[in-house]
Amino acid sequence: MGQVGLSEAPFSESFAATRLDWIVNWARKNSLWPMPLGLSCCGIELMAMIGPKFDLARFGAEAARFTPRQCDLLIVAGTMTWKMAQAVRLVYDQMPEPKWVMTMGVCSSTGGMYDSYAVVQGVDSILPVDVYVPGCPPRPDAVIDSIIKLQQRIQRERPVKDLIEGIPDYADVGTGHTLHQPNRAVAHKKLPALPTRPSQD
Amino acid sequence: MTSEKQAATQARVAAVLTGSNGVQGLAVDAIGIDHDGMVCVTATPEQLHEVCVLLRDALGFESNTFVTARDHGVGREQRFEMFYQFLSVAHVDRVRVRVMTTGDDPEVPTITDLWPGTSFSERECWDLMGVRFSGHPDLRRLLMPQGYDHHPLRKDFPHVGIEPDKLYNQWDEERRAAFAISEAERLEGKR
Ligand code: SF4
Repeated sequence: MGQVGLSEAPFSESFAATRLDWIVNWARKNSLWPMPLGLSCCGIELMAMIGPKFDLARFGAEAARFTPRQCDLLIVAGTMTWKMAQAVRLVYDQMPEPKWVMTMGVCSSTGGMYDSYAVVQGVDSILPVDVYVPGCPPRPDAVIDSIIKLQQRIQRERPVKDLIEGIPDYADVGTGHTLHQPNRAVAHKKLPALPTRPSQD
Repeated sequence: MTSEKQAATQARVAAVLTGSNGVQGLAVDAIGIDHDGMVCVTATPEQLHEVCVLLRDALGFESNTFVTARDHGVGREQRFEMFYQFLSVAHVDRVRVRVMTTGDDPEVPTITDLWPGTSFSERECWDLMGVRFSGHPDLRRLLMPQGYDHHPLRKDFPHVGIEPDKLYNQWDEERRAAFAISEAERLEGKR
Protein backbone atom coordinates (compact mmCIF):
# COMPACT_ATOMS: atom_id res chain seq x y z
CA MET A 1 0.00 0.00 0.00
CA GLY A 2 0.95 3.55 -0.29
CA GLN A 3 2.48 3.14 -3.74
CA VAL A 4 0.83 4.04 -7.01
CA GLY A 5 -2.86 3.72 -6.24
CA LEU A 6 -6.04 5.33 -7.40
CA SER A 7 -5.91 7.86 -4.61
CA GLU A 8 -2.51 9.16 -5.60
CA ALA A 9 -3.07 9.34 -9.35
CA PRO A 10 -4.43 12.52 -10.90
CA PHE A 11 -8.21 12.50 -11.19
CA SER A 12 -8.24 12.12 -14.97
CA GLU A 13 -6.23 8.92 -14.80
CA SER A 14 -8.20 7.33 -12.01
CA PHE A 15 -11.03 6.04 -14.22
CA ALA A 16 -11.65 4.94 -17.79
CA ALA A 17 -14.75 5.67 -19.79
CA THR A 18 -15.93 3.05 -22.24
CA ARG A 19 -18.97 1.36 -23.63
CA LEU A 20 -20.45 -1.54 -21.69
CA ASP A 21 -20.46 -3.66 -24.86
CA TRP A 22 -16.78 -3.07 -25.30
CA ILE A 23 -15.79 -4.01 -21.79
CA VAL A 24 -17.96 -7.15 -21.76
CA ASN A 25 -16.58 -8.25 -25.10
CA TRP A 26 -13.07 -7.46 -23.97
CA ALA A 27 -13.49 -9.72 -20.97
CA ARG A 28 -15.06 -12.48 -23.01
CA LYS A 29 -12.58 -12.52 -25.83
CA ASN A 30 -9.55 -12.59 -23.57
CA SER A 31 -10.72 -15.52 -21.50
CA LEU A 32 -11.85 -17.99 -24.13
CA TRP A 33 -11.70 -21.36 -22.45
CA PRO A 34 -11.51 -23.99 -25.13
CA MET A 35 -13.19 -27.38 -24.99
CA PRO A 36 -10.56 -29.58 -26.61
CA LEU A 37 -12.60 -32.10 -28.52
CA GLY A 38 -9.77 -34.08 -30.13
CA LEU A 39 -11.54 -36.65 -32.27
CA SER A 40 -8.54 -37.87 -34.23
CA CYS A 41 -5.11 -36.79 -35.52
CA CYS A 42 -5.80 -33.05 -35.30
CA GLY A 43 -6.06 -33.51 -31.55
CA ILE A 44 -2.29 -33.99 -31.41
CA GLU A 45 -1.73 -30.61 -33.01
CA LEU A 46 -4.22 -29.12 -30.59
CA MET A 47 -2.14 -30.39 -27.69
CA ALA A 48 0.97 -28.86 -29.20
CA MET A 49 -0.84 -25.57 -29.53
CA ILE A 50 -1.90 -25.49 -25.90
CA GLY A 51 1.54 -26.62 -24.70
CA PRO A 52 4.43 -24.31 -23.91
CA LYS A 53 5.98 -24.15 -27.38
CA PHE A 54 3.12 -22.30 -29.05
CA ASP A 55 1.63 -21.15 -25.78
CA LEU A 56 -1.99 -20.33 -26.25
CA ALA A 57 -1.88 -18.61 -22.86
CA ARG A 58 -0.68 -15.48 -24.66
CA PHE A 59 -4.24 -15.11 -25.96
CA GLY A 60 -6.03 -16.05 -22.78
CA ALA A 61 -7.22 -19.38 -24.13
CA GLU A 62 -4.94 -21.84 -22.42
CA ALA A 63 -7.38 -23.05 -19.77
CA ALA A 64 -8.57 -26.15 -21.60
CA ARG A 65 -11.33 -27.71 -19.59
CA PHE A 66 -12.55 -31.22 -20.13
CA THR A 67 -16.04 -30.42 -19.02
CA PRO A 68 -18.32 -28.50 -21.34
CA ARG A 69 -19.88 -26.64 -18.41
CA GLN A 70 -16.81 -24.46 -18.06
CA CYS A 71 -16.05 -23.82 -21.71
CA ASP A 72 -16.70 -21.00 -24.14
CA LEU A 73 -15.08 -22.26 -27.31
CA LEU A 74 -15.71 -25.70 -28.76
CA ILE A 75 -12.74 -26.76 -30.87
CA VAL A 76 -13.75 -29.77 -32.94
CA ALA A 77 -10.36 -31.19 -33.86
CA GLY A 78 -10.61 -34.21 -36.07
CA THR A 79 -12.85 -36.46 -38.08
CA MET A 80 -16.39 -36.52 -36.79
CA THR A 81 -18.42 -39.62 -37.54
CA TRP A 82 -22.18 -39.81 -37.48
CA LYS A 83 -21.95 -41.98 -34.40
CA MET A 84 -19.83 -39.36 -32.63
CA ALA A 85 -22.07 -36.54 -33.84
CA GLN A 86 -24.55 -37.15 -31.02
CA ALA A 87 -21.83 -36.76 -28.43
CA VAL A 88 -20.52 -33.59 -30.06
CA ARG A 89 -24.01 -32.13 -30.16
CA LEU A 90 -24.51 -32.94 -26.48
CA VAL A 91 -21.21 -31.30 -25.59
CA TYR A 92 -22.26 -28.21 -27.51
CA ASP A 93 -25.65 -28.09 -25.80
CA GLN A 94 -24.09 -28.42 -22.38
CA MET A 95 -21.82 -25.43 -22.88
CA PRO A 96 -23.25 -22.28 -21.29
CA GLU A 97 -23.84 -19.17 -23.36
CA PRO A 98 -22.00 -17.35 -24.78
CA LYS A 99 -20.29 -20.01 -26.84
CA TRP A 100 -18.43 -20.29 -30.10
CA VAL A 101 -17.45 -23.18 -32.32
CA MET A 102 -14.24 -23.65 -34.26
CA THR A 103 -13.63 -26.51 -36.68
CA MET A 104 -9.99 -27.44 -36.80
CA GLY A 105 -8.78 -29.24 -39.89
CA VAL A 106 -10.46 -30.05 -43.18
CA CYS A 107 -12.07 -33.15 -41.69
CA SER A 108 -14.30 -31.30 -39.32
CA SER A 109 -14.71 -28.36 -41.72
CA THR A 110 -15.90 -30.28 -44.77
CA GLY A 111 -15.37 -33.98 -44.20
CA GLY A 112 -11.98 -33.67 -45.86
CA MET A 113 -10.75 -36.70 -47.69
CA TYR A 114 -13.23 -38.97 -45.96
CA ASP A 115 -16.12 -38.83 -48.38
CA SER A 116 -17.55 -41.95 -46.86
CA TYR A 117 -20.58 -43.48 -45.22
CA ALA A 118 -19.37 -42.90 -41.69
CA VAL A 119 -18.09 -39.33 -41.67
CA VAL A 120 -20.12 -36.16 -41.23
CA GLN A 121 -19.37 -33.90 -44.18
CA GLY A 122 -18.60 -30.86 -42.12
CA VAL A 123 -19.46 -30.09 -38.53
CA ASP A 124 -21.56 -27.20 -39.82
CA SER A 125 -24.25 -29.62 -40.86
CA ILE A 126 -25.11 -30.12 -37.19
CA LEU A 127 -23.67 -27.07 -35.39
CA PRO A 128 -23.39 -23.36 -36.15
CA VAL A 129 -19.68 -22.86 -36.81
CA ASP A 130 -17.92 -19.53 -36.28
CA VAL A 131 -14.42 -20.20 -37.59
CA TYR A 132 -13.08 -22.80 -39.98
CA VAL A 133 -9.39 -23.62 -39.95
CA PRO A 134 -8.16 -25.40 -43.09
CA GLY A 135 -5.19 -27.71 -43.11
CA CYS A 136 -4.51 -31.37 -42.55
CA PRO A 137 -3.65 -30.84 -39.80
CA PRO A 138 -3.49 -27.04 -39.53
CA ARG A 139 -0.30 -25.77 -37.96
CA PRO A 140 -0.74 -24.40 -34.43
CA ASP A 141 0.05 -20.95 -35.84
CA ALA A 142 -2.95 -21.22 -38.13
CA VAL A 143 -5.24 -22.14 -35.25
CA ILE A 144 -3.86 -19.33 -33.14
CA ASP A 145 -4.45 -16.97 -36.06
CA SER A 146 -8.06 -18.05 -36.21
CA ILE A 147 -8.42 -17.61 -32.48
CA ILE A 148 -7.29 -14.02 -32.99
CA LYS A 149 -9.83 -13.67 -35.80
CA LEU A 150 -12.49 -15.02 -33.49
CA GLN A 151 -11.48 -12.50 -30.85
CA GLN A 152 -11.85 -9.68 -33.36
CA ARG A 153 -15.26 -10.99 -34.16
CA ILE A 154 -16.30 -11.28 -30.52
CA GLN A 155 -15.31 -7.64 -30.13
CA ARG A 156 -18.06 -6.73 -32.61
CA GLU A 157 -20.83 -8.53 -30.72
CA ARG A 158 -23.63 -6.62 -28.92
CA PRO A 159 -24.16 -8.27 -25.53
CA VAL A 160 -25.99 -5.33 -23.93
CA LYS A 161 -28.43 -5.11 -26.81
CA ASP A 162 -29.11 -8.83 -26.42
CA LEU A 163 -29.68 -8.35 -22.72
CA ILE A 164 -32.22 -5.58 -23.25
CA GLU A 165 -34.03 -6.86 -26.30
CA GLY A 166 -33.84 -10.53 -25.41
CA ILE A 167 -32.16 -13.15 -27.48
CA PRO A 168 -34.06 -13.72 -30.70
CA ASP A 169 -34.75 -17.27 -31.87
CA TYR A 170 -31.84 -18.35 -33.92
CA ALA A 171 -31.49 -21.70 -35.58
CA ASP A 172 -28.64 -23.51 -33.90
CA VAL A 173 -29.07 -26.58 -36.02
CA GLY A 174 -26.32 -25.94 -38.53
CA THR A 175 -26.93 -25.91 -42.25
CA GLY A 176 -28.09 -29.49 -42.54
CA HIS A 177 -26.30 -29.66 -45.89
CA THR A 178 -24.11 -32.63 -46.48
CA LEU A 179 -21.65 -31.69 -49.16
CA HIS A 180 -21.03 -33.72 -52.31
CA GLN A 181 -23.73 -36.21 -51.55
CA PRO A 182 -27.03 -35.62 -53.28
CA ASN A 183 -28.56 -38.73 -51.75
CA ARG A 184 -28.02 -37.25 -48.33
CA ALA A 185 -29.46 -33.82 -49.00
CA VAL A 186 -33.04 -35.05 -48.86
CA ALA A 187 -32.70 -36.26 -45.30
CA HIS A 188 -32.59 -32.78 -43.82
CA LYS A 189 -35.72 -31.26 -42.39
CA LYS A 190 -35.95 -27.95 -40.64
CA LEU A 191 -36.03 -28.62 -36.93
CA PRO A 192 -37.68 -26.53 -34.24
CA ALA A 193 -35.06 -24.11 -33.06
CA LEU A 194 -33.74 -23.71 -29.55
CA PRO A 195 -33.34 -20.10 -28.46
CA THR A 196 -29.71 -19.05 -28.37
CA ARG A 197 -27.48 -16.17 -29.24
CA PRO A 198 -28.09 -14.22 -32.49
CA SER A 199 -25.86 -14.69 -35.49
CA GLN A 200 -23.14 -12.13 -36.00
CA ASP A 201 -22.22 -10.06 -39.03
CA MET B 1 7.02 -72.11 -52.57
CA THR B 2 6.55 -74.47 -49.67
CA SER B 3 9.07 -74.60 -46.90
CA GLU B 4 9.74 -77.65 -44.76
CA LYS B 5 8.04 -75.98 -41.86
CA GLN B 6 4.85 -75.41 -43.81
CA ALA B 7 4.84 -78.99 -45.04
CA ALA B 8 5.31 -80.24 -41.50
CA THR B 9 2.42 -78.11 -40.24
CA GLN B 10 0.25 -79.32 -43.09
CA ALA B 11 1.00 -82.94 -42.24
CA ARG B 12 0.41 -82.38 -38.54
CA VAL B 13 -2.93 -80.64 -39.10
CA ALA B 14 -4.04 -83.19 -41.68
CA ALA B 15 -3.16 -86.12 -39.41
CA VAL B 16 -5.37 -84.82 -36.61
CA LEU B 17 -8.27 -83.42 -38.62
CA THR B 18 -8.69 -86.37 -40.98
CA GLY B 19 -7.52 -89.09 -38.57
CA SER B 20 -9.72 -91.58 -36.78
CA ASN B 21 -10.94 -89.02 -34.21
CA GLY B 22 -11.05 -86.30 -36.84
CA VAL B 23 -13.83 -84.31 -38.42
CA GLN B 24 -16.60 -86.20 -40.18
CA GLY B 25 -16.47 -85.77 -43.95
CA LEU B 26 -13.28 -83.72 -44.11
CA ALA B 27 -11.14 -84.90 -47.03
CA VAL B 28 -7.36 -84.95 -46.89
CA ASP B 29 -7.14 -82.50 -49.79
CA ALA B 30 -9.17 -79.98 -47.74
CA ILE B 31 -5.91 -79.12 -46.01
CA GLY B 32 -3.79 -77.19 -48.47
CA ILE B 33 -1.32 -74.38 -48.57
CA ASP B 34 -2.50 -70.94 -49.63
CA HIS B 35 -0.67 -68.76 -52.13
CA ASP B 36 0.81 -66.79 -49.23
CA GLY B 37 2.28 -69.97 -47.75
CA MET B 38 -0.15 -70.45 -44.88
CA VAL B 39 -1.68 -73.82 -44.16
CA CYS B 40 -5.38 -73.57 -44.88
CA VAL B 41 -8.26 -75.83 -43.97
CA THR B 42 -11.32 -75.61 -46.19
CA ALA B 43 -14.42 -76.58 -44.24
CA THR B 44 -18.19 -76.31 -44.49
CA PRO B 45 -20.20 -74.32 -41.93
CA GLU B 46 -21.31 -77.58 -40.30
CA GLN B 47 -17.72 -78.78 -39.87
CA LEU B 48 -16.40 -75.45 -38.62
CA HIS B 49 -17.00 -75.88 -34.93
CA GLU B 50 -15.51 -79.37 -34.85
CA VAL B 51 -12.44 -78.21 -36.77
CA CYS B 52 -11.93 -75.40 -34.29
CA VAL B 53 -12.24 -77.70 -31.30
CA LEU B 54 -9.52 -79.94 -32.71
CA LEU B 55 -7.33 -77.00 -33.64
CA ARG B 56 -7.51 -75.69 -30.11
CA ASP B 57 -7.37 -78.88 -28.06
CA ALA B 58 -5.39 -81.35 -30.16
CA LEU B 59 -3.14 -79.04 -32.15
CA GLY B 60 -2.47 -76.28 -29.63
CA PHE B 61 -3.70 -73.22 -31.50
CA GLU B 62 -4.46 -71.25 -28.41
CA SER B 63 -5.53 -67.96 -29.91
CA ASN B 64 -7.80 -66.72 -32.65
CA THR B 65 -6.15 -63.88 -34.55
CA PHE B 66 -9.15 -62.63 -36.48
CA VAL B 67 -12.41 -63.50 -38.12
CA THR B 68 -13.23 -61.84 -41.38
CA ALA B 69 -15.27 -62.36 -44.50
CA ARG B 70 -14.97 -61.66 -48.18
CA ASP B 71 -17.80 -60.68 -50.52
CA HIS B 72 -17.46 -62.44 -53.85
CA GLY B 73 -20.03 -60.20 -55.51
CA VAL B 74 -23.73 -59.58 -55.71
CA GLY B 75 -25.79 -62.37 -57.25
CA ARG B 76 -23.32 -65.16 -56.61
CA GLU B 77 -24.78 -68.29 -55.11
CA GLN B 78 -21.70 -68.70 -52.92
CA ARG B 79 -21.33 -65.10 -51.95
CA PHE B 80 -19.52 -64.79 -48.61
CA GLU B 81 -16.35 -66.62 -47.76
CA MET B 82 -15.31 -66.66 -44.12
CA PHE B 83 -11.71 -66.61 -42.99
CA TYR B 84 -10.56 -67.61 -39.53
CA GLN B 85 -6.93 -67.36 -38.61
CA PHE B 86 -5.33 -69.04 -35.61
CA LEU B 87 -2.01 -68.65 -33.90
CA SER B 88 -0.07 -71.11 -31.81
CA VAL B 89 2.55 -69.42 -29.69
CA ALA B 90 3.78 -72.77 -28.38
CA HIS B 91 4.44 -74.16 -31.88
CA VAL B 92 5.17 -70.77 -33.50
CA ASP B 93 2.63 -71.61 -36.11
CA ARG B 94 -0.39 -70.22 -37.88
CA VAL B 95 -3.29 -71.83 -39.63
CA ARG B 96 -6.25 -70.51 -41.58
CA VAL B 97 -9.74 -71.92 -41.96
CA ARG B 98 -11.92 -70.97 -44.93
CA VAL B 99 -15.65 -71.50 -44.90
CA MET B 100 -17.78 -70.91 -47.96
CA THR B 101 -21.35 -69.88 -47.28
CA THR B 102 -24.38 -69.62 -49.50
CA GLY B 103 -26.97 -66.92 -49.93
CA ASP B 104 -27.19 -63.20 -49.27
CA ASP B 105 -27.71 -63.54 -45.54
CA PRO B 106 -25.36 -66.29 -44.51
CA GLU B 107 -25.15 -67.86 -41.11
CA VAL B 108 -22.23 -69.71 -39.58
CA PRO B 109 -21.83 -71.18 -36.10
CA THR B 110 -20.03 -69.04 -33.57
CA ILE B 111 -16.70 -70.03 -32.04
CA THR B 112 -17.06 -67.63 -29.13
CA ASP B 113 -17.50 -70.60 -26.78
CA LEU B 114 -13.95 -71.74 -27.66
CA TRP B 115 -12.19 -68.37 -27.76
CA PRO B 116 -14.22 -65.77 -25.82
CA GLY B 117 -12.19 -62.94 -27.33
CA THR B 118 -13.53 -63.81 -30.75
CA SER B 119 -16.75 -62.13 -29.72
CA PHE B 120 -15.54 -58.74 -30.93
CA SER B 121 -14.27 -60.10 -34.24
CA GLU B 122 -17.59 -61.72 -34.88
CA ARG B 123 -19.51 -58.61 -33.93
CA GLU B 124 -17.39 -56.59 -36.31
CA CYS B 125 -17.94 -59.12 -39.06
CA TRP B 126 -21.68 -59.04 -38.49
CA ASP B 127 -21.66 -55.25 -38.41
CA LEU B 128 -19.69 -54.65 -41.59
CA MET B 129 -20.39 -57.74 -43.71
CA GLY B 130 -23.75 -58.95 -42.44
CA VAL B 131 -22.73 -62.50 -41.60
CA ARG B 132 -24.77 -63.91 -38.74
CA PHE B 133 -23.13 -66.05 -36.11
CA SER B 134 -25.61 -68.49 -34.68
CA GLY B 135 -25.16 -69.05 -30.97
CA HIS B 136 -23.27 -65.81 -30.37
CA PRO B 137 -24.32 -64.57 -26.92
CA ASP B 138 -24.40 -60.86 -27.78
CA LEU B 139 -24.45 -60.18 -31.50
CA ARG B 140 -24.68 -56.39 -31.55
CA ARG B 141 -23.10 -53.96 -33.95
CA LEU B 142 -19.59 -52.94 -33.03
CA LEU B 143 -18.64 -49.93 -35.16
CA MET B 144 -21.78 -48.60 -36.80
CA PRO B 145 -24.48 -47.10 -34.55
CA GLN B 146 -27.09 -49.46 -33.17
CA GLY B 147 -30.17 -49.47 -35.34
CA TYR B 148 -28.37 -48.98 -38.64
CA ASP B 149 -29.91 -51.17 -41.32
CA HIS B 150 -27.04 -51.82 -43.70
CA HIS B 151 -23.68 -53.53 -43.82
CA PRO B 152 -21.12 -51.10 -45.21
CA LEU B 153 -18.41 -53.45 -46.48
CA ARG B 154 -20.71 -55.38 -48.78
CA LYS B 155 -20.08 -54.94 -52.47
CA ASP B 156 -23.53 -53.48 -53.12
CA PHE B 157 -23.17 -50.74 -50.50
CA PRO B 158 -22.46 -47.32 -52.09
CA HIS B 159 -19.32 -45.80 -50.67
CA VAL B 160 -21.05 -42.52 -49.84
CA GLY B 161 -23.42 -44.50 -47.65
CA ILE B 162 -27.15 -44.97 -47.34
CA GLU B 163 -28.79 -42.30 -45.16
CA PRO B 164 -25.91 -42.10 -42.71
CA ASP B 165 -27.55 -39.14 -40.95
CA LYS B 166 -30.90 -40.84 -40.45
CA LEU B 167 -30.22 -42.09 -36.94
CA TYR B 168 -28.68 -38.79 -35.90
CA ASN B 169 -31.67 -36.82 -37.16
CA GLN B 170 -34.09 -39.14 -35.40
CA TRP B 171 -32.18 -38.73 -32.16
CA ASP B 172 -32.04 -34.97 -32.61
CA GLU B 173 -35.76 -34.66 -33.24
CA GLU B 174 -36.63 -36.72 -30.17
CA ARG B 175 -34.25 -34.70 -28.07
CA ARG B 176 -35.72 -31.40 -29.22
CA ALA B 177 -39.25 -32.61 -28.65
CA ALA B 178 -38.33 -33.61 -25.09
CA PHE B 179 -36.63 -30.27 -24.56
CA ALA B 180 -39.69 -28.38 -25.80
CA ILE B 181 -41.92 -30.26 -23.35
CA SER B 182 -39.65 -29.70 -20.36
CA GLU B 183 -39.23 -26.06 -21.31
CA ALA B 184 -43.01 -25.61 -21.51
CA GLU B 185 -43.39 -27.22 -18.08
CA ARG B 186 -40.75 -24.94 -16.65
CA LEU B 187 -42.50 -21.83 -17.99
CA GLU B 188 -45.80 -23.19 -16.71
CA GLY B 189 -44.32 -23.56 -13.24
CA LYS B 190 -43.07 -19.98 -13.29
CA ARG B 191 -46.49 -18.51 -13.82
S1 SF4 C 1 -7.73 -32.81 -41.04
FE1 SF4 C 1 -6.05 -34.28 -41.35
S2 SF4 C 1 -4.93 -34.24 -39.41
FE2 SF4 C 1 -6.95 -33.37 -39.02
S3 SF4 C 1 -8.24 -35.05 -38.36
FE3 SF4 C 1 -8.49 -34.87 -40.56
S4 SF4 C 1 -7.00 -36.29 -41.43
FE4 SF4 C 1 -6.41 -35.93 -39.30
